[in-house]
Amino acid sequence: MDEARIARRGVGPRLWLAGGWLLLALLAAIFAPLIAPQDPLAQDLMLERLPPFWLDGTEPGYWLGTDSLGRDLLSRLIFGGRIAFIVAFAAALAACLVGSALGLIAGYFGGWADRIISRVVDIWMAFPPVLFAILLVAVLGTGLSSVIIAIAVIDWTRFCRVIRAEAMGQSRMDYVENARIAGYGRIGIMLREVLPNVVPSIVALLSLEMGIAVIVEAILSFVNLSISTDDPTWGGIIAEGRLSIHQAWWVLVFPLITLILTVLSFSQFGEALKARFDPVLR
Amino acid sequence: MLLQRFLIRLLTMAITLFGVAVVVFVVIRVAPGDPIAMMLPPGATDADIARLRALYGLDKTIVQQFFIWLSGVVRGDFGTSISLRQDVLGLVFNRLPATLELATVALVMAVAIGGTAAILGARERGTAVEAGIDIASGTALSIPDFLWGLVLILLFGVLIPVFDISGRVSPQLDLPFITQFYLVESMLRLRFDLTWDLLKHMLMPAVALALPLAAIIAQLLKQSLKEVLDLDYVVLARVKGFSETQVILREALKNAALPTLTLVGVQFTFLIGGTVIVERLFSYEGLGNMAIDAVINRDLPLIQGIVLVFALLFVLINLAVDMMYALLNPRLRHG
Repeated sequence: MDEARIARRGVGPRLWLAGGWLLLALLAAIFAPLIAPQDPLAQDLMLERLPPFWLDGTEPGYWLGTDSLGRDLLSRLIFGGRIAFIVAFAAALAACLVGSALGLIAGYFGGWADRIISRVVDIWMAFPPVLFAILLVAVLGTGLSSVIIAIAVIDWTRFCRVIRAEAMGQSRMDYVENARIAGYGRIGIMLREVLPNVVPSIVALLSLEMGIAVIVEAILSFVNLSISTDDPTWGGIIAEGRLSIHQAWWVLVFPLITLILTVLSFSQFGEALKARFDPVLR
Repeated sequence: MLLQRFLIRLLTMAITLFGVAVVVFVVIRVAPGDPIAMMLPPGATDADIARLRALYGLDKTIVQQFFIWLSGVVRGDFGTSISLRQDVLGLVFNRLPATLELATVALVMAVAIGGTAAILGARERGTAVEAGIDIASGTALSIPDFLWGLVLILLFGVLIPVFDISGRVSPQLDLPFITQFYLVESMLRLRFDLTWDLLKHMLMPAVALALPLAAIIAQLLKQSLKEVLDLDYVVLARVKGFSETQVILREALKNAALPTLTLVGVQFTFLIGGTVIVERLFSYEGLGNMAIDAVINRDLPLIQGIVLVFALLFVLINLAVDMMYALLNPRLRHG
């Protein structure tokens, strides 16, 4: 009871802070062409490696400084957010749909369906995920849809494992038995009775998965395998910053802060949503 | 009982490995783009291409190629790397020790940091210390190893440059090693100057890999300790006059450790998976770094070999944890 109260009390500020950052970053990404102070692709060798605004030797309009090609860092971060959010939403949703459906089937029906699905999950768990992602993108060819497909193909197991366990627990509950006695079909029970009870977990996982997708996209663009090299991505900026770390630390620091805030927000948001949805905690 | 459990695990392990082999093989073969075309100079004739395709067995059907490759693997022949033109198994064994050393150092650090935090948190339960540990572990857990690596590079590679941020060992050093287990061998040879240099390179990638796992250990072990600390026999020890720290270390820890041990095993495979990108980040010459190069160079035999070795490592760790659990858990031991 105590823990429930603590969790409940903690929901407020966490949810607002995390949600606030995500909303800010999302709006900036959507309205990037209107907000970005500079063209994110414009190179100007006269303006290379300008420091952020509070240091000496800056130019007005280049708030966070420039990279080694004189491109404006803030504008690149804002435009990079577009790729990050598209990948986050699309990949997480795809992984969620596939994983939750298979997890629900495995957990509720058990038997052969469960054995086959669990065996596939075991095989998937024996792959190093980052290597698997890199391999898939290399095979599919770089591009936005490849990145989304690769993340979904790898991470559906996260949903499958959790939802399977929950559905298994739910299907042993009295209310499922009652529904069966009342004459509902098995698929009807699964969708109408079991599914709503695992939704809180799905929502929390979905938010967490969005954060993971953002990281995987950053890793892929860090090894130069994400989308075309022209469009700015957070991982691409990080790769650039890693190379010029001794000359221009800001090129690494700002995308890193952006990524950390985004990932933390997605996980906090998921936790808070789960606490709000959870009938036991509520 | 125990033997039966072991044999069943061995069988599922073989099925899993076979599945991994099939998945990797299929994924790689549907790749557009011809690895052979990339190997040849621009002026190569069609006959040259055909000869090379036959040499690497790429002119047969996928199913034939799979079984040719698999029968080789069973005999320990993983084929020849296309980009490096060397035996795949030799290349993998050359790099594997670097990754194993990194992962082991990271695991030891995770257990040390996480264990200390858990014991401290359980001793100071209900205070600001415990709340601080909860916040720290929550943060450490939410940020993945890739980002921790970058944070560490900035802090201790640039801001306070105390550690090296790239490579496994300083290139100017003369290495007397005959094995690839540099860290172990440097200590055995009492060349602690080399040990120090290796550690200076290894410390930051190891911490980046260790932090998320340390957070999980801190959370789970603290929870188990708190549950055990309310049990009668622990209360009795306290009545006998043992201090809280003594009670935790002597009485509570051994009974609270089992759930954590199981989890650490599973999480250790995630840690090893993380070496792929962390090695890349720190230009550490391990298996993961070589794997990324292999993918970029479309080096099919090398990719297959590396992925299979990683998978083997994962299932072996799971097997070891399962067996350890069965040995340590009294209910299973006498069951």
